[in-house]
Amino acid sequence: MSLLQVKNLRVEFPTRRGTLVALDDVSFDIAPGEVLGVVGESGAGKSMTGAAIIGLLEPPGRIAGGQILLEGKRIDNLPYEQMRRIRGRQIGAIFQDPLTTLNPLYTIGRQLIETMTTHLPIGPGEAREKAIGWLEHVGIPAARERIDSYPHEFSGGMRQRVVIALALCAEPKLIVADEPTTALDVSIQAQVIAMLKTLAREKGTAMMLVTHDMGVIAETADRVAVMYAGRISEIGPVRELVRHARHPYSKGLMDSIPPLDRRVERLQQIDGSMPRLSAIPKGCPYNTRCPRVFDRCYVERPELLDAGTTRAACWLYAEGAPQGASV
Amino acid sequence: MFSFVVSRILQALPVMFVVSLISFAMFAYVGDPVSIMLGQDFTEAQRTALVHDLGLDQPFFIQFATFVGNALQGEFGLSYRLSRPVAELIADRAPATLELAVCAAFIALAVGVPLGVYTGIFRHSWLSRFFLTFSLIGVSLPTFLIGILLILTFSVWLGWLPSFGRGDVVQIGWWSTGFLTWSGIKAMILPAITLGLFQLTLIMRLVRSEMMEVLRSDYIKFARARGLSNRSVYFGHALKNTLVPVITIAGLQLGSIIAFAIVTETVFQWPGMGLLFIQSVGAADIPVMAAYLMLIAAVFVTINLVVDLLYYAVDPRLRVGRGGH
Ligand SMILES: Nc1ncnc2c1ncn2[C@@H]1O[C@H](COP(=O)(O)OP(=O)(O)OP(=O)(O)O)[C@@H](O)[C@H]1O
Ligand code: SF4
Ligand SMILES: [Mg+2]
Repeated sequence: MSLLQVKNLRVEFPTRRGTLVALDDVSFDIAPGEVLGVVGESGAGKSMTGAAIIGLLEPPGRIAGGQILLEGKRIDNLPYEQMRRIRGRQIGAIFQDPLTTLNPLYTIGRQLIETMTTHLPIGPGEAREKAIGWLEHVGIPAARERIDSYPHEFSGGMRQRVVIALALCAEPKLIVADEPTTALDVSIQAQVIAMLKTLAREKGTAMMLVTHDMGVIAETADRVAVMYAGRISEIGPVRELVRHARHPYSKGLMDSIPPLDRRVERLQQIDGSMPRLSAIPKGCPYNTRCPRVFDRCYVERPELLDAGTTRAACWLYAEGAPQGASV
Repeated sequence: MFSFVVSRILQALPVMFVVSLISFAMFAYVGDPVSIMLGQDFTEAQRTALVHDLGLDQPFFIQFATFVGNALQGEFGLSYRLSRPVAELIADRAPATLELAVCAAFIALAVGVPLGVYTGIFRHSWLSRFFLTFSLIGVSLPTFLIGILLILTFSVWLGWLPSFGRGDVVQIGWWSTGFLTWSGIKAMILPAITLGLFQLTLIMRLVRSEMMEVLRSDYIKFARARGLSNRSVYFGHALKNTLVPVITIAGLQLGSIIAFAIVTETVFQWPGMGLLFIQSVGAADIPVMAAYLMLIAAVFVTINLVVDLLYYAVDPRLRVGRGGH
């Protein structure tokens, strides 16, 4: 059974000029221990999806439809206190900027210990020993000496390792990692991701990994979801999606990645920009930029359809699509 | 740590120097102490003798050095009005003002901080709106009016609390306290509220806005994402991060509570330093005014030092010397 199921999730923001639909009909599963990569342009709704899963959408944003299930039980409609017990314990979170995610006034040890004593039946002494263990796991040198240091005494990369230790220390089954390395120095991004991947594998932790880095996706994820304008446009196994994306948007996205093995003169860029939430067109949201657009795309919105090994929200994969459409 | 304190004290020296210069200039050039002390009938010989006694025939800097030297020993000369040593007068009056100021500051903090936290967390609740409206009144009404309104309500109409004076005091050494008698405590209530109300609303609004700011921060979101309890998020993580600005303002406010006790003391005829100062101004009693000025400056400087030390205690980022890598 899936660890996490997101079914037809819809997130709305009531504003003065009407309701904005930030996520619409988003559905996906994550199996135990699986890593789901989530990619897409800025504003596609990746962070919003993560926030909805951990139950921390910022008001006035709210879940207006659909369900989120953890091990078959609904968690999207739990009272605050019950959801709080799930956060950290069952679902951990890693945020983007390690310079701002740690409380500057407390030692890292204190922050680790309070997280563990909140969720696990252990006392502060035992939690402290475990905290030292976690700091070693995430690669903090001289953990025993450094546990009583304050966040500002660490570099950005080291702080993100501490954040990862904090997210994992109550041994959640799922981690929502929102661009965990984007704010880090390029030279240490790979190390931190490798460490995160190894730890998740060792502990059997599933992960929803949001990133802009296709290299990270290719190396870390088992499956990938591509998001566009608050919807999933394609989802499937990582190898298939990276090599043979079916949805025109995913194709464009993959073509814009510099290949590792050969030099190219110029990267393909997708023309135009993603529509704002208030101006998402009728029909397929990608129809303003799609090179393969045809009449049906302006009328009806495509659901996720079988496109061979992946599922794509594109009319090209429906019966009766124009000749030569399918790859 | 030690060098930090020393450097702060060194920074305070110029401030105290300037204040003593002003006090001295007032002493030496405002009003004419000789004619005030001699009264109407005097001979030229008496006058010369007094000028010599007071050291007024010395050059300026010698006079100033003598003034500072005396001030350092708590010597501010005789009050023109009461012909008693100024130091003694101030020592008589200081307990009344300090007890009033401490009570007012306590009320301001003990009520202002929780109200600030509450209105910062429950921004839109009905009760928060009520507190905010109430705080607007506290900020906009002048102190003397608040005092008079309180007297009118609780002394004149209800007759519950005295409208003036300190009640019975108990002498402990040179310190006279009003805390040990029932009438002393009753007499404290209205003046302390009057004096503390403005600071209360100020602290409440400050804590509220800092709280709202901190609650938006990433580390609070992360604390929630770690599943910490609301209590720990609000009081452990958020409140502590609001402390640095709150300490600054609260410290400065305590200083101004002591300094501006003048108005409250006048309204309630509270026998403190402020009332002494007002009476001295009326009689051009320069030595008392000079001493009061220097005392207030010393209070501000001390509070600033304490505030800096508290920062140091609250915020580890200020503690230098333990570099990261
Ligand atoms: N408070 C809000 N009110 C209205 N719209 C909002 C609000 N917060 C976010 N949005 C919108 O929701 C959409 C999804 O944002 P989200 O942060 O999930 O994007 P993202 O895919 O994570 O982008 P990025 O790669 O930049 O992190 C965006 O279009 C954003 O403008
Ligand atoms: S549905 Fe039409 S517009 Fe949308 S991606 Fe497919 S071809 Fe392009
Ligand atoms: Mg984001």
